[in-house]
Amino acid sequence: MSFAWAKQYEPKSDFTKWIDEKLPLPRMVYNAVGAGYPVPRNLNYMWNFGVLAGFFLMVQIVTGVVLAMHYAADTSVAFGSVEHIMRNVNYGWMLRYAHANGASFFFIVIYAHIFRGLFYSSYKAPREMIWLLGVVIFLLMMATAFMGYVLPWGQMSFWGAKVITGLFGAIPVIGEPLQVWLVGGYAPNAATLNRFFSLHFLLPFVIAGVVILHIWALHIPGSSNPTGVEVKKESDTVPFHPYYTAKDGWFLGLVLIIFSAFVFFAPNVLGHPDNYIEANPLSTPANIVPEWYFLPFYAILRAFTGDLTIPFTGIVLIEAKFLGVIAMFGSILVWFFLPWLDKSPVRSGSYRPLFQKFFWVLVLTMIVLTICGGAPAEQPYVLISQIATAYYFLHFLVILPIISQIEVPKPLPFSITEAVLGKTEEAPKATTPATDKPGDDLPGGSLQPAE
Amino acid sequence: MTIRLGGIIFGLVLVGVLLAWSFIPDTVKYSAPTKSPYYAFHEEKLKPAGGFSFDGLGGKWDYQQLQRGYQVYKEVCSACHGMKYVAFRNLEQLGYTEAEVRAEAASWSVPGLDPVTGESTMRPAEPTDYFPSPYPNEIAARAANNNALPPDLSLITKARPDGANYVYSLMQGYVEPTEEDLAKAKELAGGVEWETPVGLYFNEHFYNANIAMPPQLYPDLITYADGTEATVEQMAQDVSAFLTWTAEPSLVARKQTGWFVIGFLLFATGLAFLSYKQIWAEKKKKKA
Repeated sequence: MSFAWAKQYEPKSDFTKWIDEKLPLPRMVYNAVGAGYPVPRNLNYMWNFGVLAGFFLMVQIVTGVVLAMHYAADTSVAFGSVEHIMRNVNYGWMLRYAHANGASFFFIVIYAHIFRGLFYSSYKAPREMIWLLGVVIFLLMMATAFMGYVLPWGQMSFWGAKVITGLFGAIPVIGEPLQVWLVGGYAPNAATLNRFFSLHFLLPFVIAGVVILHIWALHIPGSSNPTGVEVKKESDTVPFHPYYTAKDGWFLGLVLIIFSAFVFFAPNVLGHPDNYIEANPLSTPANIVPEWYFLPFYAILRAFTGDLTIPFTGIVLIEAKFLGVIAMFGSILVWFFLPWLDKSPVRSGSYRPLFQKFFWVLVLTMIVLTICGGAPAEQPYVLISQIATAYYFLHFLVILPIISQIEVPKPLPFSITEAVLGKTEEAPKATTPATDKPGDDLPGGSLQPAE
Repeated sequence: MTIRLGGIIFGLVLVGVLLAWSFIPDTVKYSAPTKSPYYAFHEEKLKPAGGFSFDGLGGKWDYQQLQRGYQVYKEVCSACHGMKYVAFRNLEQLGYTEAEVRAEAASWSVPGLDPVTGESTMRPAEPTDYFPSPYPNEIAARAANNNALPPDLSLITKARPDGANYVYSLMQGYVEPTEEDLAKAKELAGGVEWETPVGLYFNEHFYNANIAMPPQLYPDLITYADGTEATVEQMAQDVSAFLTWTAEPSLVARKQTGWFVIGFLLFATGLAFLSYKQIWAEKKKKKA
């Protein structure tokens, strides 16, 4: 895609002309993140997190590849090899702390990126494919992060792996053989550690591949923006370079300062002390918790405490553990259906008063679930996570479809230029009624509440 | 439309199940969580007056203290605890010279092989060796310690929350339980009198108040090489500092590097911010 006014790449020297003829890679970069990509001029700072996510993926790959040069994926030496990195490898402590905290920061920026998408409905037509690929990336990230946490072979590594792989055992009939096949035994062991290392090394490159598809899909309709009004003319956009490279650049610096504060001054606060104890299959930690970024989903898993039965017969339809597993995976899979659940023709949450309120309730719910996920499985946390889990599903599956039907949105600006500069031009008065046919180009400024 | 209908049904089933459990009586017990009796003894961790020298953003090692702490480890802790990730050569970082480290290592003996017969034997340690465990294996360690396993101390301060203060408190936690706490423990246990099991010791900073390690530190237990008075508090503080160093020898270097990195980032980010302002100046100006 491109807008008609997008700048064209013009090779200057003979060498770049020669390259452009044989393999127009510089042209591709120019069109992807250079001056050849027109971007809405009104993006706020929430739009910086995509670039940041890409940056932290690179941090993880670079630090990870070097760490892998010194790490040994064998249960008898894995823990010691991590200590070898911390003590004997030059700046090994920096690499490992950057990698461990890099995972946390990758999740922080990805959560900001996802919730940006939720608030501004970035998943709506014509950007469904970008959203779907994004959910795939998130699932891959979760798998990668989980397997990475197992590699140091500390107590939480081992017992976390045991709990999470145990989830597959909850699947009826095929569950147990499947679990044994995945783990390579009845409990995490040498085979598990070795395959997790292999996959932990492989998956980031798969993520990088899906990221390329994600960006490719983004360049078909172009970036969304905080008004949700589509780009109409050249004055609505600025070239990605230098405008957004400069904005992303300084914001990246800001995030790196916070990141460095963690790496150099508090590298272990996001981790768990028990993971500095070598894995011991005979000693269970008091409270097995995953890394903080999995806590909301862990709370959903543990919210299901009883079997689903046919009332008064005692016949068990679904066991509690399997219900929890369905709910946990369902809580992310539900995002795949989001473009078809929220049918409001208005994209931006800024113009949706009712939606906005529920959005912030959802954010609060996620925070509550995070706290409950880290708490021991006792009252009142179980009850709170049950209510919060119920709201989580209600929000996506019931509330969103209903408010998109009944809500009266605020008037939208005619164009991005108007939103930024005020009414400098005569906007045509609203005449076109709102449509809610999927795939239709949104009616931009014409969406006044129908009266 | 089918997606929305299917979604609503899926959601309502999960939500219905959850709400049923949450609110139908008997599925959930609302009684306050039962606490184990040892909660009665939980105390705030002790902190040395003025904190540790390595605390805070500009923390530094106190090398005199680390050397004293090493002396406590060597003369007291090492009778039961090894440090398999710390090598004798690392002691050079505490301010000992190479020759001193060589001599110090030689005063320890580690498992080796007889060069003539090839049989297992003990030999004097070299700087490249690691601090040995006093026991040949876990079974021997448990047999000598009433079935308790003395943990390796290399990482102990990182393996416990607020580790340095934890070790400092634990060393001084061998006190008589107060009447008040005993009454509270009795109440939590439902009227059963608190009793420290035979072979264990009461320690108000251990998570369940019953620790297998006997009290170790007594006034003037050791004679410090630098003449410092060996109070229990002093030895506890010194050994905590030493074990913080063993857990993370790079701690101070890490903080110093951090200042350099953040200083550079502040400068670079400042420049990046100014260029951002300049590049966007034209686009923002029209707003007026």
